[in-house]
Amino acid sequence: MPVVSNVTCPVCGSFCDDIEITVKNDVIVKVKNACAMGEAKFLNYASHRQTKPLIRKNGELVEVSLKEAVQKAAEILASAKYPILYGWSNTSCEAIRVGLELAEEVGGVIDNTSTVCHGPSILSIQDIGISSCTLGQLRHRADLIFYWGSNPWSAHPRHIDRYTTFAEGRFQKSAWRGYLSRLTGILSKKRLHRAVNLGLGRQTPSPPETELRLPSTLLQNKRKMIVVDVRKTRSAEIADYFLQVKPNKDYELLQALRMLVRDEELDVDKVTGIPVETLEEIVEIMIGCELGILFFGLGLTMSQGKHRNIDAALSLVRDLNRRTKFLIMPMRGHFNVTGVNVVFTWQTGYPYAVDFSHGYPRYNPGETSVVDILCRGESDAALVVASDPVAHFPNVAAQKLVEKPLVVIDPQVTPTSIMADVVIPSAFVGIEVEGTAYRMDHVPLPLKKVVEPPTTCLSDKEVLQKILGEVRRLRRNHN
Amino acid sequence: MTQLIIKNGFVYDPLNGIDGEKMDIFTSNGRVVEKVAEKQAKVIDASGMIVMPGGVDIHCHIAGGEVNAGRLLRPEDHFRDVETKTPLTRSGVGRSIPSTFTTGYRYARMGYTTLMNPAMAALEARHTHEELNDTPMVDKATYPLLGDWWFVLEYLRDDMIEECAAHVSWMMTATKGYAIKIVNPGGLEAWGFGNNVRDLYDSVPHFNITPEEIIRGLCKVNKLLNMPHTIHVHTNNLGKPGNYLTALDTMKCVENLASEERPVIHITHCQFCAFKGSDWNTLKSGAEEISKYVNNHSHVTLDMGQVIFTDTTTMTADGPFQYILYQLSGNKWVNHDVETETSAGIVPFRYKRKSFVHATQWSIGLELALLVQDPWRIYLTTDHPNGGPFTSYPKIISWLMSQVAREKMLKKINKRARKNSLLPSIEREYSFYEMATITRAGQARALGLEQKGHLGLGADADIAIYNINPELVDASKKYKRVRDAFQEAAFTIKGGEIVVRDGQVVKSVSGKTFWVNPQVSSTADITSNMKRKFREYWTVEFENYPVPESYLGTSCSIPVEAKV
Ligand code: SF4
Ligand SMILES: [Zn+2]
Repeated sequence: MPVVSNVTCPVCGSFCDDIEITVKNDVIVKVKNACAMGEAKFLNYASHRQTKPLIRKNGELVEVSLKEAVQKAAEILASAKYPILYGWSNTSCEAIRVGLELAEEVGGVIDNTSTVCHGPSILSIQDIGISSCTLGQLRHRADLIFYWGSNPWSAHPRHIDRYTTFAEGRFQKSAWRGYLSRLTGILSKKRLHRAVNLGLGRQTPSPPETELRLPSTLLQNKRKMIVVDVRKTRSAEIADYFLQVKPNKDYELLQALRMLVRDEELDVDKVTGIPVETLEEIVEIMIGCELGILFFGLGLTMSQGKHRNIDAALSLVRDLNRRTKFLIMPMRGHFNVTGVNVVFTWQTGYPYAVDFSHGYPRYNPGETSVVDILCRGESDAALVVASDPVAHFPNVAAQKLVEKPLVVIDPQVTPTSIMADVVIPSAFVGIEVEGTAYRMDHVPLPLKKVVEPPTTCLSDKEVLQKILGEVRRLRRNHN
Repeated sequence: MTQLIIKNGFVYDPLNGIDGEKMDIFTSNGRVVEKVAEKQAKVIDASGMIVMPGGVDIHCHIAGGEVNAGRLLRPEDHFRDVETKTPLTRSGVGRSIPSTFTTGYRYARMGYTTLMNPAMAALEARHTHEELNDTPMVDKATYPLLGDWWFVLEYLRDDMIEECAAHVSWMMTATKGYAIKIVNPGGLEAWGFGNNVRDLYDSVPHFNITPEEIIRGLCKVNKLLNMPHTIHVHTNNLGKPGNYLTALDTMKCVENLASEERPVIHITHCQFCAFKGSDWNTLKSGAEEISKYVNNHSHVTLDMGQVIFTDTTTMTADGPFQYILYQLSGNKWVNHDVETETSAGIVPFRYKRKSFVHATQWSIGLELALLVQDPWRIYLTTDHPNGGPFTSYPKIISWLMSQVAREKMLKKINKRARKNSLLPSIEREYSFYEMATITRAGQARALGLEQKGHLGLGADADIAIYNINPELVDASKKYKRVRDAFQEAAFTIKGGEIVVRDGQVVKSVSGKTFWVNPQVSSTADITSNMKRKFREYWTVEFENYPVPESYLGTSCSIPVEAKV
């Protein structure tokens, strides 16, 4: 059976590129090296799949030829005054390039999923800058790793293993051993706890969530991992230390750390429930490390204060560079959400929420971002590519989206595609067609083709090219 | 294919020794030819105009991770400078870091047809090439950053020059690169832990090698590989008072590697490493010392890195330098370290006329260009966008061609800087011939681009026509006319097609990407060695690293016979 190696995994922002896929009769039968999430994608991608284009006729979605679907999609976009083109983080850069050209051609607004995830992070970066790196830099050098408001163990399962705490680098040893012994500790504590409960026939309170005294391992001269979150996640369990922050109090905590880094006094005893002495010790560790990294996730971006939280985190890390080397990186979700920001930026100057209605790129998130446009009821048609806004947008926005003509290009059946007027199923990029995508640290890697797509499915890029060609033809005839 | 006759222009073609002669130029199939039949050809009446080879920029940051991070960082840079879509052109934004399409159009409008992107992190080479593919109108190439690559540091430390050369050759092919770029050698590796190196003789932490050994080693590698360009060096201690000594040490350290009067090292954006003085307060120009050395040694070429008084965006692979710039300016700061290879930094920056330091820098750049006697060995750049955006080249042209223009600016700058400036004592004014040398002919020669920078038979038909009559216009007095003429070419011809007319794009073309493909004998050994170390050094797989040739819009490889 043919085995394809060095396949990139088109699932999360870790974008692992060492997957081995075994193919039998053009079907994937075995997946090696991927995490459960990645394996599930490669094995099950094709279930619940629609392969024929659909158009809504008399309220029903009916199968049509690709030509008819493309024609209809082009008519919708070409006749719209202010269409929105949304999605893009789950497709290839090659498709995104065509999407931008199409948006420019129809004078619409093009936006991507960062508008509802790391949008605030981008705005903060535009205010403050960012001190960052590629992931290998951390594997080789980082001896202090923060995950703040992100749970890589569940959302980016191989992140810790490939790039940070458990990875082995030139100047840093893997902390895997330490974790193993800690894990045994945790398990035995849990077991003990359960035994006590059983034996006594009643509930004893479980161990406190945050241990307020720092464990002695944290003061040792070795690689350490600290998790900051509102609840004890799986990642927090394997960390050397878990700092529990009260919901929506990240900003206070970050500001307190900033003050301590600048040697300023805090005249309170506790910050969001954490004793100042503990924070002082943590700041000691931050300053004393050789290279520290702060990964932050939606837990920080989306909690109260959004933009302000990220401002504080970026500033904290910037300030730390006066004392040691410190870096920071957002944990990006979709496998190519970084790529979509990259391509948008080189073609238009802006990473998302780009409005072409004046004939040139305009950017003003809050005004030119799709959710706001939808809420104001300004758009009169939409194209959604490889994304599911009906499931993820606020209700009002989702409602407005489906009220107007809606074209969907997606390999999967989604709540959005079910509501659409034109559905063009495409091939799975990274499984059935090739392309380029960017890992969360901006490293570009090839998306591979391991099996053939259904004969009726073209790539997102090809479908978009056809629509663009048809739009141009319609406009020429019109003039 | 179009055939063209460019009639009656004043032709400046320094590589062929043509100095303003009135003559016709013929093109066919994208090349300059001896003659074409008038009936089939399109005729351009260039009487009263200057005809030159298309401009060549040896060092401009136009594509890739670092440039794009700069774009993302600065929406305020774009807001007031937009390009509207036309039936022929894509829309975009400016200013100091224009979007890719806009970059191509604006260069073409100034008559430039070949651009060298000087800083590519090898790991992110795909990104650079994707952007170059979206940069229309020009031919282009890009230099991989190799001065801090672990393989280089280790092989040179162990004195294994040939192995080093073989691996550099692998890298050139893998990244589709054009020249060996060295930035603050050793300093970027040290920056991985927040440190730097002090001078050429400081040991790089953990690697037991000095910057001098890296520069000399890669200079030898460059010769072994028979690369068309020399090593392209951004010196240690860039942007620090007193660094002209480091620059001199850098040039001197490869002196004995030169042979046959041919250059072996290019010191880029030399203005930034020509600072005398012990701190910012005592800053002085080191242009005299540097030009004196260069005038007496033929193994060095330079480009200016001229500063323009404007708001711009600084971006280099020199992480520690950018950090200092952030501290000095207090502006926003981006840092991006790349595993096993390099780093990068970005800081927005405004050069002010009234600032002593900035005004001194402005003076130093011009002093260098005027004091280096041989125009074949210094080239006009701003290190775009570091010293200012490329769209300000015509200003620099007017300063070099006119003492009056210089004096006018001198009057407006910081008093102390004016007092220290060497400019009032320099009478030299560039001729159009010399101008053609430092903006195209010299650059093409330094790059070893044989088809570029001249209008001899067989040259690429990349031609710029400027609406200025050298017989009637005294550039020294009418410097504004000169500036305007060079800002908007009357015609730009790319590959034999008229692409710009009266400063407007009339046709969009995509342009080629050049890369050097050294032919080495031991490819198999390198591959197995690289494979062995790959997982240890990087976080991507060996097979996913190289950029396939099909990835380039229009690939144009230059095979060279290597001596390993
Ligand atoms: S961590 Fe992410 S990219 Fe890696 S295998 Fe799992 S899902 Fe795929
Ligand atoms: Zn540069």
